[in-house]
Amino acid sequence: MLSIKNLQAKIDEKEILKGLNLEVKAGEVHAIMGPNGSGKSTLASVLAGREDYEVTNGSVTFEGKDLLDMPAEERARDGVFLAFQYPVEIPGVSNMNFMKAAHAEMRKHKGLDPLSAKDFLRLVKEKSALVELDGQLANRAVNEGFSGGEKKRNEIFQMALLEPKLAILDETDSGLDIDALRIVANGVNALRSPERSFIVITHYQRLLDHIVPDFVHVLYKGKIVKSGGKELALELEARGYDWVKEEVDAIENV
Amino acid sequence: MVEEKISKSIEFSKSFSDHTSALSGQNPLLVTEVKNKLETYDFPTTRSEEWKYTRTTRISSEAWNIVRDAAAVDITPFLIPNLEADHLVFVNGFLRKDLSSQQFENGVHVSQELQNKNLAEPINVFQAIHTAFCTDVLSIRIDKNIQTKRHLHILYVNTASQNIALPYVECIVNEMSEFKLVESFVSLNDDKSFSHRELFLTVAENAFVHLDKIQSQSDNHFLLNDENVSVKGNGNFTVNTITVDGGWVRNNLHISLDGQNIEANLNGVFFPRKKQLIDNHTKVDHRFPHCNSNELYKGLLDDQGSGVFNGKVFVHPDAQKTNAFQSNANILLSDDAQMNTKPELEIYADDVKCSHGTTTGQMDENALFYLKSRGLGEDNARKLLATAFINDVLMKISNLHIRDFVTNELVSRSLIFV
Repeated sequence: MLSIKNLQAKIDEKEILKGLNLEVKAGEVHAIMGPNGSGKSTLASVLAGREDYEVTNGSVTFEGKDLLDMPAEERARDGVFLAFQYPVEIPGVSNMNFMKAAHAEMRKHKGLDPLSAKDFLRLVKEKSALVELDGQLANRAVNEGFSGGEKKRNEIFQMALLEPKLAILDETDSGLDIDALRIVANGVNALRSPERSFIVITHYQRLLDHIVPDFVHVLYKGKIVKSGGKELALELEARGYDWVKEEVDAIENV
Repeated sequence: MVEEKISKSIEFSKSFSDHTSALSGQNPLLVTEVKNKLETYDFPTTRSEEWKYTRTTRISSEAWNIVRDAAAVDITPFLIPNLEADHLVFVNGFLRKDLSSQQFENGVHVSQELQNKNLAEPINVFQAIHTAFCTDVLSIRIDKNIQTKRHLHILYVNTASQNIALPYVECIVNEMSEFKLVESFVSLNDDKSFSHRELFLTVAENAFVHLDKIQSQSDNHFLLNDENVSVKGNGNFTVNTITVDGGWVRNNLHISLDGQNIEANLNGVFFPRKKQLIDNHTKVDHRFPHCNSNELYKGLLDDQGSGVFNGKVFVHPDAQKTNAFQSNANILLSDDAQMNTKPELEIYADDVKCSHGTTTGQMDENALFYLKSRGLGEDNARKLLATAFINDVLMKISNLHIRDFVTNELVSRSLIFV
C-alpha cells in the first residue's frame, strides 16, 4: 500500500529525514517510536503533504501513485489521513460544516453525490459515539475551546467519518489521561480492518498496550534504525532509548 | 494657486449649476450662503490627513449631471426575500414615490418636509456641494412609544451615466420607540456614477435603532456616505456597514453619544478587490458618563484592492465610566492588496475602560493545511476560512432574512463558502 524509499527531507535548511525506508501493507499497523527530535512528526507531515518541508531525495508510493507529487487535498481524497499532534483551532467554522464539506469532497472523488442532511446527521451520530464525543461538539467551532482529550477524540471522529485507507496518528496519545487514551484507542481499534493500514507515531509504549501493532520501528536521526515486533516496544519501555542511540552512534563513530 | 483652487468646485458643479437644491425649501439662507462661497471649498488632496489614502481626483475630474429619471425601474432584484418591509426608493438621488410603499406602519411618518431645518454647516467640499445642489429630501419620523414590526428599506439606485445623486435623509426616532432601518446602495448597470447620501439620525431617550447598510455597486460607481447620528440618554444604536462591492466607497460615520447609559455598536465588513477602494472613517464621541461603544470592522482584501480604516474614539472629560472597545482585523489575500488602518483614541477622562486593536495579516497557513488534509481544495479551504473570519461581523446582523440575503450576496460573488 505504502512504500517509502530513501526519504530525505528538510525544513529551513535543516535536514530531518536522512534516508528513511518503510513498507506498509494493507491491514498492517506500524508503530514508529523514537526519542524527541528524531523526525517522527516530520515523517507524518511529509506524508500528509505539508509544504513547509522540502523533500530532497527518495520516493513515496501510495497504491502505485507518487504521493509526493500530489497536493495535500488529493492525498486526503485518495485515502491518506493524518491525525494531528496539535489539531488546529478554527474559530467561526463549525465542526459540522467542516466535516460536511470534507465528506462531500470524499464522495465527489468517488463519483458520488453528497449525503442528504438527514443521512449525514445519522452518520455523525454513529461515528461520534465511537469516540464517546458529545454531540454538542459537532456544532461548536472546530477545536475551539476543546480540551486536549476532546481535540484528539475529534481527530479520531474525523477519521471514522472520512474512512481513510491509510491513517497516520501523530502522537495522538500525547497529553491524554488514561480514560481518554482508552477511548481514543478503542475508536482506532474499531476502525481496524484488512484494508486499512495505520502508522502510529508515539513516544511512549502505553498507547501500544491498547493499539497492538504488527511492527515497531525506531526512528533516530532521521532513519529507521531498528525494527521488530510488538515486543520491541516493551523493550524500549523497559530500557529507554539510550541503548539504541548508543548502538547507532557507535556504528557512526567507527 | 488660488485661482486654480477657486475654479475647482465651481468647475465641478458647472454642468448642474442651475439645479435648485432640494434644501432651498428647508433652509434657503444656508443654501444661498453655501452657494455664494462654494469657491472657497476645494477638493482634498492626499496631503490632508482625512484623505491620506483616498484619492478624490477621479471624482473631481469628472463632469457629472443631475438626472431625474421617471422611467420604470424593476426593484425586485434588490428586495430582501421574506423580509417584512416597507420601501422607499431613490433613483439618481430623487425619491420615487411611484416605486415606494404608499402606506407605512402606525406611528411611522414619511414626508419631504424636514423636522430639523437648522442644517449643519458644510465642513468639506463634498458637503458644500451636497447642500448647494441636494437632489431630494426625505424625512422619517417615528412617534414615541412605537415598536415597529416591519423594517423600513431605503433603496438607492443609479440609472444614468455620469449621474450625480445627492439625497438628504433625516430620521428621527422618538422616545421609547424601536425602529429597524435597512439601506441598500445598488447599481443597475456599469455606468459611471457618483452618489453622496447624507443621513441625519436622532435616537431619542430610551429609543432603539438598528441600521443595516448594504453597499453593492458597480466598479464604476463612486459612493460617499455621511452618517451623523445623535443618541440620547439610555438609547441603543447599532449600525452594520456591509460593503460587498463598489469601485470607490467612503463611509464617514459619526456617532455622538449625547446622554448617559447609551450603547452604540458599529460593525463593518468590506471586500475590496480588483481595483476597488473601500474606506471606513468612524468617529464616536463619548460626551457623558456610563456609555458603551463597541466597534468591530473586518476586511478581506484581494487583487489590487485597497482598504482604509480610521476609527476615532473621543472620550470627553465628563465621560467617566466609559467603556469603548474598537477592533479592526484584516486579511490580505494577495501581494498587491493594501490596507491602511489607523485607530485613534483620545481620552480626557480618567476612569474609563478603552481598548483598540488592529491586525493585518495573511490567511493562517496552519488552518489552511488542516482543512486541506481533510480533502478540501485550496479554493474552498480559503473560502471557508474567509467565512470564519467575517462570521462574527455577519452575526451582528440580527435579522435572519437580512443576514441570509447578505450571505447569498457574498456566496454568489465567491467571497465566502457555506
